[in-house]
Amino acid sequence: MGLEEKVAFIKGNEAVVEAALRAGVNGFFGYPITPASEISEGMAKAFWENLEAIKKGGKPRYPDYQIFLQMESEIASINAVFGGAATGKRVMTASSGPGMSLKQEAISFMAGAEVPAVIVNVMRGGPGLGNISGEQSDYFQTVKGGGHGDYKVLTLAPNSVQEMADLTSLLFNLTDKYRSPGILLADGYLGQMKEGIIFPETKTEFTDKSSWCLNGAKNREKHVVNSLFINQDELEAHKIRLKTKFDLMEKNEIRFEEYKTRNAEIIIASYGVVSRIAKDVVDTARKEGMKVGLIRPISLWPFPQEKIRKLAKKTKAFLTLELSFGQMVEDVKLAVNGQCPVHFYGRYGGNLPTEEEIIKQIKKIYKKK
Amino acid sequence: MSKVLYSPKVETYTAPTSYCPGCGHGQLHKIIGDAIDELKIREKIIFVDSVGCSVFAYKYFDCDHIQVPHGRAPAAATGIKRLMPENVVLTYQGDGDLAAIGTAEIIHAANRGENISVFFVNNAIYGMTGGQMAPTTLIGQKTTTSHTGRDEQVVGYPIKVCELLNTLEAPIYLERVAMFDALHIRQTKEAIKKSFRIQLKNKGFSLVEILSNCPTNWKMTPEQSMDYVKNEMTQEFKLGTIRDKEFCQK
Ligand SMILES: Cc1ncc(C[n+]2csc(CCOP(=O)(O)OP(=O)(O)O)c2C)c(N)n1
Ligand code: SF4
Ligand SMILES: [Mg+2]
Repeated sequence: MGLEEKVAFIKGNEAVVEAALRAGVNGFFGYPITPASEISEGMAKAFWENLEAIKKGGKPRYPDYQIFLQMESEIASINAVFGGAATGKRVMTASSGPGMSLKQEAISFMAGAEVPAVIVNVMRGGPGLGNISGEQSDYFQTVKGGGHGDYKVLTLAPNSVQEMADLTSLLFNLTDKYRSPGILLADGYLGQMKEGIIFPETKTEFTDKSSWCLNGAKNREKHVVNSLFINQDELEAHKIRLKTKFDLMEKNEIRFEEYKTRNAEIIIASYGVVSRIAKDVVDTARKEGMKVGLIRPISLWPFPQEKIRKLAKKTKAFLTLELSFGQMVEDVKLAVNGQCPVHFYGRYGGNLPTEEEIIKQIKKIYKKK
Repeated sequence: MSKVLYSPKVETYTAPTSYCPGCGHGQLHKIIGDAIDELKIREKIIFVDSVGCSVFAYKYFDCDHIQVPHGRAPAAATGIKRLMPENVVLTYQGDGDLAAIGTAEIIHAANRGENISVFFVNNAIYGMTGGQMAPTTLIGQKTTTSHTGRDEQVVGYPIKVCELLNTLEAPIYLERVAMFDALHIRQTKEAIKKSFRIQLKNKGFSLVEILSNCPTNWKMTPEQSMDYVKNEMTQEFKLGTIRDKEFCQK
């Protein structure tokens, strides 16, 4: 695929690849894992095609794209991302389940050392090896800081192939803007599903990284990319700076979609692939006379807490749907803060709830009311 | 009357360091700083600091630095060098860092032939965490986790990193040096300069293993520890060039 193409019918994982290349990604360091492998494969293909073109004396299709490497592990991949991104280049990786667990230490370092990068988690079933279907059981790991120490990771959750592309581009801009790592939290369904998409002209907003990036201390003071502050006061001061930045993200970067929430008596809260089913449920339920709406967080961190708090004032109950034991539901409850009941329905193992199952849950809530 | 023959301007190594008295890290920092100055590459250096007593290296050298997780310096250096091929990238790693937790990263960086310089400080112990057994601890050597002496029947033998990497095709230059007298200090500097030159010529991977001491955790005076390196460590870890694929002027 070339930059000139505007529409395509592709998998979610392929959409991530295209969007990253169009966003001017400079490097990708990966390690294979299902259901995220197509991202590595796509990035590899673009790299080798670039190299072929250069060898033939032509122009590479993606001139900014310098390197794809399949590393020896997810630990090595994320640390190559850490090093690469510290030079000011746009760098990314993609993984799932066990691979994401391995990356957490370095993500904590990157948050502490203020190094931006895009990390894609195409969630699979867990715990352990679990399986390779889609689940949403890495919510806590992602938004509560899967690594050690206080930090936050900008987390965007697409629910279509189109958004796999759009949010990838956006995440490059946002991570650069805030000098902080970000995670695109997708799932096996979104990664593998094929849909038609239109490539957005998402403007690549390059930020000036010259005040901190590593490129050799020539005619300037040395730059140190570092998360170590052995002096207590220095670490506290550093953390206050980090917190100020996280607070700013909470103020500016909340994203969500609302659907028929006005006069809704029950509001479904769900993200990712489940929110697609939930949207259909809203229409079906309304045909049957049940006033149902949907709130879909797109940014999982920062979480649309204030929005949900306001919705809770007017609605009678929330129903959170997730592919897990119930993780986001805790944030929904915090936001609702006892203003109305918060119900939960989850499926696990890679199974999706059917519309009928969800309608049944809604009817149960109506009876309870 | 004496005549000054050579007095390089010290640019890179800006110490004082806070290492224990007589520690090899301080000595090696000065050697690396001198090598960088003599090759006039300070402005190109990206120094990858690992985790160990040398974790504060960024305070002591006036060049760009990144401090990375324990053992992962070769992976971080890979990301840096692949995106910034014009810079000179080095990692400075201890034996716990490189030969235990970071074994996978060093083997694969070497195997890919990453065009980086690795300076591997083998002091046969975990200095920073208070003297636990390292993968390079000598048989019979006492540490806080091998208090009756390393027993190879239970915990295996010291790892010889240069010899291990010598089984790979890609590495260009592997050398083991020490710093217990003036001659060996000079050899150490030459090896470090050679490693940089190999990188500057885009030849590929090189590693210099520096046998060092840890008087504090070895519970020795600096002098005794130097003797231990000279008489005991060099028995297990033979000094010299293990690989020199591209004959390249020292
Ligand atoms: C993941 C992780 N595990 C453990 C540690 C604790 N730790 C810090 S330094 C060190 C050992 C350092 O030994 P070595 O690499 O030989 O360096 P030296 O201090 O001897 O120079 C360890 C285990 C850490 N920082 N990170
Ligand atoms: S503990 Fe050992 S290695 Fe660390 S600074 Fe002291 S002497 Fe050097
Ligand atoms: Mg050591």
